[in-house]
Formats: sequence, C-alpha cells, structure tokens
Amino acid sequence: MTLENQLAGLRAPAPAQTAIAVSLGTGLVPGFAVYEAPFGDVAVMFTPAGVRQVRLMDELDPGAVEANPPRAWADRIPRALEEGRPGSLPLDLSEVTPFRQSVLGVAATIPRGEVRSYGWLARHVGKPGASRAVGSAMASNPVPLIVPCHRVVRSDGYIGAYSLGGPENKWALLRHEGAAPEHLEELAAAGMRYLGSDTTGVFCVPSCQRARRITDQHMVGFRSEASALEAGYRPCQVCRPLG
Amino acid sequence: MMDDLCHRLADDFDHAFPDLVSALSDDIYSGLRRLAGADAAEDLTQETFIRAYRALQAYPSQQIRTLRLRGWVWTIALNLGRNHARNRARRPTPVALEDRFGVHDPEPPDSEAWDRRLSRLAPTQRRAVVLRHVVGLGYDEIAAAVDRPEGTVKSDVHRGLERLRQLIEEES
Repeated sequence: MTLENQLAGLRAPAPAQTAIAVSLGTGLVPGFAVYEAPFGDVAVMFTPAGVRQVRLMDELDPGAVEANPPRAWADRIPRALEEGRPGSLPLDLSEVTPFRQSVLGVAATIPRGEVRSYGWLARHVGKPGASRAVGSAMASNPVPLIVPCHRVVRSDGYIGAYSLGGPENKWALLRHEGAAPEHLEELAAAGMRYLGSDTTGVFCVPSCQRARRITDQHMVGFRSEASALEAGYRPCQVCRPLG
Repeated sequence: MMDDLCHRLADDFDHAFPDLVSALSDDIYSGLRRLAGADAAEDLTQETFIRAYRALQAYPSQQIRTLRLRGWVWTIALNLGRNHARNRARRPTPVALEDRFGVHDPEPPDSEAWDRRLSRLAPTQRRAVVLRHVVGLGYDEIAAAVDRPEGTVKSDVHRGLERLRQLIEEES
C-alpha cells in the first residue's frame, strides 16, 4: 500500500453526537434538562444564551434534546427554581416582547412567600391601567417558577389561574413557600385587599412581611387603596402598594 | 456540492447549516484527530462548527455565496487547534468531555504509530500532509486555509511525505 493510501486510511467518521452537539451549541435546537418542582418534574429548555422555557414534561417541545446545560450556569438552574427568582441565571427571552419582558422583570422581584396582584404589577411597570395586559404577560410567561408568576394573584386577592398545569400547582407552590394561600383567600373573601397597622399608620398588601408582623388587635383592613389613604394611612415602603 | 451549499446557506441559513456540519464533520474531525490529538478532536470539531455558525450569521448573504467554504472552515479549525496546543502546553489539564452518548469508534490498530510519526514532522509539513492526504483537501483549499502560497503548500506536502517515508524505513 502506498504511503498516500495509508494516510487516507486514517480518515475517520466524526463521533455520532457531533451534529446534535453543534445544533445545541448554536441554539438551532433547544436542549432540555429535567428538575424537580414541588408538584412534580419540569423540563427546563435552554439555548447557549440562557434558559428559554420551563415546561411540564408532557408539554415538552418534541424537537428538544435532553442535554447538559452550559457548564457556565448549569448549577444556577436548580437554585433559581428553588428560590423562585432568576438571580444570575441568564434567560433567553429573545422571543418575548419588550413590554412583557418588563412585566417579567418586575414579577421577578416579588419576594418568596409573598404575592402581589395584577394591578400592583401594572402600576410597577408604569402602566396602571394595564392589569389585563399584565395578566396575559403572566399567562404566557415562558419561564414560570424562575420568574415567579405563581406569586401574582387576582386584584381582588383570590389566588387565580396558573399557566403551568393549573391553579392546584399555584397553590402547591405558594404553600411550599409558606405564603398561606388559604389565609390569603380568606382575606379576599372578607374584601380586605390591604392591611394597615393603627400604631404605625402604614398599609401594606396582605402578604407583605411587614403586614405579617401586625398583631390582630392593631390590624385594620381596607377594601381599596383609596379608603386606606382617606383614613390617613401611608403606603408601605417595602411592598409599595401604590407603585 | 460546496457551491450549492453556499447558495443554500445564503438563502436559508438556519436550515442549511446542519448540512454544512454533516458535509464537513468527518473532514474536520479526521484532521483535528491527527493535528490536535484524540482527546481534543471531538470538542474542537464541535467548537469549529459553533464558531463557523456565529461568524456566518454575521456575514451578508452575498459574501456567503462566494465563500470557499472548506478552506474557510479549516481556517477556524486550525486556529482552534493551535490555541488548544498552546493552552495545553501552558496548563496540562485535559479537556473535560461532557459525553452522554457513550463509546467512540475504535481507532485503527496502527493509529498511535501514525501519531508518533506525524509528531516528528515540522508543524507546517504535518499540517499540509494531514490536510492533503488524511482529509483530502485540494492544494488550493489548503493554501486558503493556512494562508500560504499553493507552491509552498505543495512543497510542504512533498517534504512531509519524504520525511514520513524515511521514518518508516528507520522503523524496519
């Protein structure tokens, strides 16, 4: 055999996984990895730019390939899921409109174990009249759990709908975080949308950590922000009920 | 075939790109296997195509249409191979492979002997011999990839083969 033929014999096929690894590495095909949530397993779909979607296992994009997320931020995924905030985890929201991105950005600041209403969210994105648009932004949140839309409730205080499998999952998440959804719905049924303290003269959304410190004997309920203001109460600086 | 691929890349980049990968992945892997070693070849092959994707994404489609694709992709692969060799010399930790897919094809029985022989060639000769005879590139494509005149590449290949013959003779 000639030397040239021997060298040609060194040609070897690329490993079988090359094509799929390149598709994942370029983002042409999304990857997914499975994590545990309080109500069962979820699939986290990602591209090289960041996490793109969180889905229930049976709603998984059929084109997605199970793979390890990029090493640079793989360990931030379980943390973000557990804490219910993105932290330093990169999100790939390139397919989300700028308005919805800003809604997601504000929703991500709602503390664990607390809830805010669609109206609150609308005021905090600077569009006080846009509760409905905010509601659809939450309903189409591509990254539930990480951007905690389960912490956004109806403006009348009821827990309301949830996109990731239905309201029972929202309740499970809120219970898991210690947000006491039963208690929140009792307040809603009593028409108490805000809680004030007659010692400080401050009013809060019911799940605000400050509101939780108000003792029963000093607690005052309000049906609206207007009635709280009329009674001479100031909005809390922590939960900022007026935006 | 490469011209057709260039046109399809220019027209519908994301759909045509996987075809570029399947057309060239054996080329790139086989070459890097001999130029950068068995441990690194797989990762470097993937990285070559990921970089090619990002670079081509930014190219105007007119430029993609006239690209000499094989030589161009090899420019990227050779750069990565060089950087890898430089980093390895500085910091001899192996590249961690995220291998979820299991086993590799077995190497040919005399594979290591060829690694040994090729490692004794001057770097430019080794590169030229591998690209010409293992990968099967034309001299014009090699010249484009290494940015040297075709005549120089030819003489590198020629001298490299001479040296290999001599090494094989010494072995027997």
